[in-house]
Order: sequence, then structure tokens, then C-alpha cells
Amino acid sequence: MTVGQSVPRVDALDKVIGRAKYTDDLCEKNAYTAKILHSTIANGIVKSIDVSEALNIPGVVKIVTCFDVPKFLFPTAGHPWSTDPAHQDVADRLLLTDRVRFYGDDVAAVIAETEVAAKQALEAIKVEYEAYPFVLDVQEAMKPDAPQLFDAYPNNILGHSSIRRGNYEEAIKEPGLTKFEAWYETPTVQHCHIENHICYASMEGNRITVVSSTQIPHIVRRIVGQALGIPWGDVRIVKPYIGGGFGNKQDSLYEPLCAYLTTQVGGRPVKIDVTREETFVCNRVRHAIRSHLISWVRPDGSFAARKLECYSNQGAYASHGHGIAAKGMNALPQLYPCDNMECDSYTVFTNRPVAGAMRGYGIPQAMFAAESQTDDIAIALGIDPVEYRRKYLMPAGYVDGFSKNENYFDTFNQCMDKGKKYIDFDRKFKEYQKQTGPIRKGVGCSVFWYNTGVWPISLESSSCRMVLNQDGSVQVQLAETEIGQGADTAFAQMTADALGINFNKVHVISTQDTDVTPFGTSAYASRQTYVGGFAIKQTALLLKERILKYAYELTRMPSFELDLVEGQIIRKTDGRVMISLAELATEALYSMSHSEHMTSESTYQIKSNAYSFGCCFAEVEVDIPLCKVTLVDIINVHDAGQLINPALAEAQVHGGMSMGIGYALSEQLLFDPKTGKTLNDNLLDYKLSTFVDHPHLEAQFVENFEPTSSFGTKALGEPPVCPVAPAIRNAILNATGVAINNIPMTPHILFERFKEEGLI
Amino acid sequence: MYDIKELFEATSVQNAVELRLAHPQALILAGGSDILIQMREGRLAGRELLSIYGLDELRGVTLEEDGTIRIGSLTSFTHVTQDPIVQKYINVLGQAVDMIGGPQIRNIGTIGGNTCNGVTSADSASTLFAWDAMIELTGNEGTRRVPISEFYIKAGVVDVRSDELQTAILIPKESYEGYQGHYIKYAMRNAMDIATSGCSVNVKLSEDKKTIEDVRIAYGVQGPTPLRAVVAEGLGRKKEISLDLIKQISEAVIEDIKPRDSWRASKALRQHIAVEMAHRCLIEAIKLSGGEV
Repeated sequence: MTVGQSVPRVDALDKVIGRAKYTDDLCEKNAYTAKILHSTIANGIVKSIDVSEALNIPGVVKIVTCFDVPKFLFPTAGHPWSTDPAHQDVADRLLLTDRVRFYGDDVAAVIAETEVAAKQALEAIKVEYEAYPFVLDVQEAMKPDAPQLFDAYPNNILGHSSIRRGNYEEAIKEPGLTKFEAWYETPTVQHCHIENHICYASMEGNRITVVSSTQIPHIVRRIVGQALGIPWGDVRIVKPYIGGGFGNKQDSLYEPLCAYLTTQVGGRPVKIDVTREETFVCNRVRHAIRSHLISWVRPDGSFAARKLECYSNQGAYASHGHGIAAKGMNALPQLYPCDNMECDSYTVFTNRPVAGAMRGYGIPQAMFAAESQTDDIAIALGIDPVEYRRKYLMPAGYVDGFSKNENYFDTFNQCMDKGKKYIDFDRKFKEYQKQTGPIRKGVGCSVFWYNTGVWPISLESSSCRMVLNQDGSVQVQLAETEIGQGADTAFAQMTADALGINFNKVHVISTQDTDVTPFGTSAYASRQTYVGGFAIKQTALLLKERILKYAYELTRMPSFELDLVEGQIIRKTDGRVMISLAELATEALYSMSHSEHMTSESTYQIKSNAYSFGCCFAEVEVDIPLCKVTLVDIINVHDAGQLINPALAEAQVHGGMSMGIGYALSEQLLFDPKTGKTLNDNLLDYKLSTFVDHPHLEAQFVENFEPTSSFGTKALGEPPVCPVAPAIRNAILNATGVAINNIPMTPHILFERFKEEGLI
Repeated sequence: MYDIKELFEATSVQNAVELRLAHPQALILAGGSDILIQMREGRLAGRELLSIYGLDELRGVTLEEDGTIRIGSLTSFTHVTQDPIVQKYINVLGQAVDMIGGPQIRNIGTIGGNTCNGVTSADSASTLFAWDAMIELTGNEGTRRVPISEFYIKAGVVDVRSDELQTAILIPKESYEGYQGHYIKYAMRNAMDIATSGCSVNVKLSEDKKTIEDVRIAYGVQGPTPLRAVVAEGLGRKKEISLDLIKQISEAVIEDIKPRDSWRASKALRQHIAVEMAHRCLIEAIKLSGGEV
């Protein structure tokens, strides 16, 4: 068995020695470069564009403006398409637009022989705008007199959903309740994957091929078809290795524009390689969500009633839209079940960069509000924060009526036990409450739950193909993409075990090519291992059945008494090896009596989902006079079910913790209130945390076998980022007594809060 | 790909001076860690460059006969930090430049480029201000020396004439003999960052280590150029060491500094940390000098 073993990544060697090919490595040398002209106003219209001077620059081939492109509105979100129009994503984008909605919107594109010529042309293009007033704040945008981004969305409200459970107004009348109320603010952050989005497009016949750094090739194929108004089959998307995505590449980014541009130069390859600045401003960001949470709590700490309002800043276009805020809001009633709840979430257009999918999809925002308040309540009531959680968190046996998810084990307690032991929480929490002096330490904790996939909100389906080679090895293809997380390795491990061959006999075809890769909706949510596992097992069993049927012909033994184990056909009655798979496979291909190409292919539609759980414990040192926090120690404990590859799981957790640390302490996109321009669109001014800002990152696991899963596994991709920020916030509270409800908790914020609290 | 109009490469200091005169629009290129970034961003796109990076005679640290420490302008930050003369006499300079960017930037970036860039946030600059460094410039008529406080004219503008290039940074013996220094870089993360503010303090104690003979306090990002806190320094000279004295000096820096509000940090935060940094640097420098606080 290789499932459960830390086998080396199948792509490790190629990536380490530089042999792995990424989009730019594959791009043809004669490709033109395209550069995009971005608007320098935050809201308004393009009145005219003068390209005459720019066209005279040597090397400039063609300039396409917003007035030239086809007017097919298209959606960009990397969701499965819905054949029901009511459930389709909002189609609000054009390839280039004359109706500008944020500072950085796409108004023209230059195709040139070199990057330098293209950049010079951008400088030489003259655009005349009519500027409208703009709005950046989510609640300001909801006011009646705010600038309106879309006629179809009054008050800029893209989506509103609510939860009504019990009777909130009646419940708060219960005598003896304590009210806890706060506003929690989370920032706009960006994914900051190493490889910026890049794609190149070219034509053969009437078909367009786009090679792209994307998470979702089959979805991008559909969107390119929609954007250009051409049959989807005329589009071919190829996805090679990519340098990270984290949800930003779970959107169609510049593939549609690139596909269009190649049609404008006779199908010659055109490359769009966006800059880091464009990644920050013109791709996608995480939704900044402002949450207002009110809890009415009995003296024993139980919740009588809770009210939550979430205001999610969508930016200028719908992208993934309201799904993020809704998901965050929906997490709360399941995390701490409460009989009387009134929740509302709003997703609101503003003139800011577009928010889309990002690792955690609304849950890091929701956990910051929920788990900050959990500690505030516990401390006010004099209850240990961990013990408080033990009493009121989702209990073992809990079943969600909508998803049918079940909390099969006592997971939260098992995770918290490990976390508090590692950090020595009980002793430190008490000890640190009594500190004085300029430098103080603190410990804090936080929990979360997370859905593995998207069922039953949208389609879950995975398809797989296996092809047997002469030597008994197999090629495996899935639409679920390798985006750095190690999916190919996990797939190879699962294939080996499900089929009964050795790990080194599995060749996962990493590249997805929509012409040849089975259909699937690819890498998003935290679902690849879960959904891919079903398709792999089903397809492997089909292939095995076929192999054993052929083995009957060669061994004269009934196929139902044969099995495939480690690449050998064995007779189950006595365990004797009858023939090797390699011998069988060779015979099958070259037989003069019965030649057969051994393959299998199947689709499995998934109609289940699975709760994933975990917690974070953090220890900080706060330098009060310098308004600085140093993270001293941190641990995440996850129940992701059976680990397919423990070493890869640990690496996944490290990455998520790192993202959580930046979210808690330093990362934030800033916007100029006078112009709407993004101020810090680079990795110097945007404070992504570095290696030396991290302590040792401890990752531990509770491996409760997930019963709904073929391999006992469930979500781990996104979960590690979810609990980190509130754990650090609660540690600062333990250290200083100061509750901070805005992240990132930078020196700027600490300076103001410490002044307010009289610490400095 | 960079939009460079033309690149001239100097073969000697004299040749560099000739190229300066022949191509007055050309920017002097040392390590390139500032210029090439600005070229990519478009601010310097299409400019001519005059590279002096090949001039090995401008590399290295030496001790001159009169005890002056001579740091060739093209000495990389890494080499400054690792240099035994720097470590022995002005160790704080090596520590300060070791906080710049990351290892690659410290390998390519030069101390001359850092100062000629003229920015207030340069990690070398506040410490060089504290050491009363002299800047050596070589031009058509030979060399001249300028105190670093005069070398910085205003934000982004330094005193390099049209025929000149900076060839060395000099620390006179009287500036460093008997002094110990400490530098604090205050930034929003622990690597790959520009200082929100930086403070470099030197002290010289009396023989019995009880009195501050001299103190020099310099800042980056507390004004448009690096600056010295002269009022605060005056309060410290010839005074007996005490926590009260240190507090008094630290709080007085408010009178010397000229921070501003920007989206990177508020004036109030910069003022607050200026006082706290002075306090901590003074204590560290006194301790390094053998004093007790």
C-alpha cells in the first residue's frame, strides 16, 4: 500500500532540476507580446482612444481598443457551468471595456514584437475619459446616493442572503443575558503565487489553442467560447505545470483576451505575461469582509441568541460573487449551534479590484469574527477559552440538514488536545495574564470547520482515464489539476493501491489538454483528493475487471478467483502468481488471436461532502513600545481524515499557516482615497511575510477515517489558513489585554489601540 | 527586458569621468538594484546608462595612514559586513547594511549606490551620518571631499557634479576612535523591507565609563534626507549616564526630526518610534562601550 506513505512527489526531480515546463518555457519563440492598457480612473467611461502615435513605434503590430472587441458579456468565475440560467454566474465582463469600473480596468491591448515596444506603445496611447464619482467602502456603496456600478444591481448589492432560526428578538429578552457586540474588519489581500498569470494563444484551422497558467482548463474553455461567441469545441486549453494559484487562477483571467488577440494577427502566437503589479490590481483579490457580530450569552456561556451581519467588498465585477460571504456566514450556525439566529450577508460592488476565490473562500474572514468573539466571551465570563469551546462547539454526531455532512468523531476535542499540549496552553495562558512591563507574551487558540467540496450547492463530478502499457504500467489522466499542492502524487498513490500495481508503475499525465483530458471541473475548493479518489477507484476497478477477464484467457482460471496484487495476477484460492501484469499486457497488445488495447474511463458523480476540522494555537511576544508582534510558536492540528501522503500534507499545512500569518499580521492592499488607485501593488510595499517572520511551523494531525470517502480522506488544501489569524489575535489579547478587531494587526493598528488603552 | 537606450561601460575612473562629460544624460549604474527597478517601472525607461560596475579599484575597505577608513564606493553590502576593518572599528555599519533587502540584493547592491540614490530610507545612510562620514568625489579636476550631511541636498538629490562620480566613503579616525554604535531598523517585516524609520547612535564614554563624552544620533525616514538629532545630542554631551538622562535625550529628538504622514506610516507613529529607538540605541551603545545603565 502506498496510500498513507510519504513517497516523494512524482514531479519533485523535474521541478528541482528545472526540467519541468511551465507556460513561458513552452511558449513559441516567435510569439508576439501583448500588453494591456489599464484605466487611470476608478469609475467612468472611455470617450476616445488615440493610438496613432503608438502605432508608429517600431515593433508595434496592432492595437486593439475597447471599441474594437466583440460585445459578448461573459462570466469569469471558475464554477461548473449550470444549465439552469438561474444558477449561472453573472456575465458582466467584456474583453476590453469602455465602461471603466475600477482603477486598472482593461481598456486597450497592444500587440508587439517585443515587450519593450509594447510598453512604449502603452505610454504613447492617449485616452480621453469621462470620470464619474467612485466608491471604495462597502457600506458607503450601499447608500442610496452612492455611485452605481451596474443598473441591474440597485445600491450595488450583488447578493444578499440570510438565515433566520428561532426568534432572535424574543430570545434576547431572556433575563440574565450578557450582550457581546463588535465589528470585525478583514483586509483585501492577494494570493501572491510565485508565477504570475501567463498565457499564450495561437490558431490552427478555425480552432484556437490557449496554453495557460490556470487551475481550471475545462472551465476556461467554456468561458473563452462564451467571450468570443464561438463554439466551445473550437477552443482548446492546455494547462502545463503552474507556479501556484490559491484561487486566483480559479477564474478566467486573460485567456479570453489572449484568444481574441491571436485572431487579430492571423493566428500567430500572442503571449500575455502579466506583471506582479497587474497580478495585484487586475487579477483577483480576497474579499474584505466587515462583520458585525452580536452574541447574547447566558451566565454559563451558552448562546441564547446571535446576530451576524457581513458586508463583503466585491470590487468592480461579480467574479465568484456572493458565494464567499454566504459561505462564511453559513459556517457560524454549524460551528456553535444556537437556537436563535439572525444572519444577513451582503456582497456589494465597489470601484476596487475584483474579489474572487482565494484559499478559504470566506472562512478566514468568518473565523476571525467568530473566534475573536469566542475568546472575548470566555474571558469575560472567566472560563478557559479551550474549555469554553469544548462545551459549545459543534458536538460529535452533529448532522447538517442541507449537506448531510456528519461530525462522525470527537474531532474538535482531539485536535485541541494536541494543540494545547504542544503549546503548553494551560500553564502559559494563566501565567501570561499577570504580566507587566514593555515586552509581554501571550497564547491564543482558534478553531474552524471547512467543507471539502461544493456539493450540494453545485455539480461535483470527476472523470478518469487509465491506459495500460506493455510493461504493466499505466497512464492516468484526470481533469483535477496539479497546482503545486501535490495532486499528481496523491493520484498516483491512490491509483497504485486501487489497481494493485506498484507506485512506480503509475504515470500521471500532469498536463491537462481539453482535447484529450477527460472532462472535469479541476482544482478548487479542497476537493481534488476527495473527488478524484472516487473516479480513480471506479476507473481502476473497471480496468482491473478487464485485465482479469483477459487473464482468464491466459490462465484458464475464472476471473472472479483472480486478483491483481503489486503487478501480479494471483489466484486467490492459493495465492499463486499466475502471470505478471507485464506479461499479460504485452500478450494483450500483440496477440495474434485476441489483441486488445486495455483502457478504462469513467465518470463518478459525487453526491456527498465532508466536514474537515482543525485548530490553531499560537504564542506571541508583544513589544508594546515598538507596537510589534513577534510570533514565537504556532501549531495547526487538522483532521483531514486519512492522510494520503503525510509529508505532502504537512507541507500543505505549512503553506496555509504562512498565508494565515501574513493575513494576521502584515498583508493588506491599500487604496488611494483620492483616486481609487492601488497604492502598494508590489511585493515591497505589500508586506507578504517572509521566512524570517515565521517561527517553526508545527503541523499535526488527527486521522479519523472519513467514511464517505473512497480513501478516507477529506479537505486539507484550504483549511490551514482558516484558524491562524484569530489564534494570533487571541494570543495578543492574552499578552496585553487588548482586543484587536482589525486585521492585519500591524504596528499602525497596535499603535492606535495601545494608545486608546493607555499602554503607551 | 529593459528599455535601455544605450549602455556605456567605464574602463577606469578617468574613463568614467570622460564618459560623464561625453554623455551628460547617462545615469551612473553601479549594482543596479535601484536603477533597473525604476527602469522597469517606467520612471527611467529609455535612459542611457553609464556602468562603473567593472571598476574593481572602487571595491574594498582599507585603512589609510592617518587612520581614515576608506570604503570604495562599489563595495557590496555583503563585503562591508564581512570586512575585518569594518568589524573592528565601525561594526554597526556592517550590521546596518546587513539589514538591507535579502542576500541577493546585498551581494549586488553597493554602498556608493545606496548613498548616491539620495533616499532617506537607505540603511547605510543614517549610520554614515552618525559616523560623520566624508564622501569622496572624483571629477575632471581631481577629487574633493564633502561631509555626508552636505552631500545630501534634498530628497533624491545628492551633490555629484556633472563630471563626477562618487569614489569612496571615508570615516576619519577622530569620528570612530573610542566610539561604539548601535542601529535599529524599524520595518514592517524582518527581511526584504525598507525602513519605516532607522536610528543609528554612537557614543564615546569617559575613561571611567560614567559620563557620555560625545553622542551622535542619526535617523533615516524622519525627514526628506537622513538627519542628525543635534538638539538631543547637545543634551547628552558631558553628562553623567543615567536612565533619566537617556529618557531626556530620547524625548528631545522630537525637536530634531521632521517626519510626515504618508500611507506607509503616520507622523505620530514615526515620532513615537523615533523616541523609543533612540532610547534603545543609547542603552545598547553605552553597554557596548562598557558603560552601565
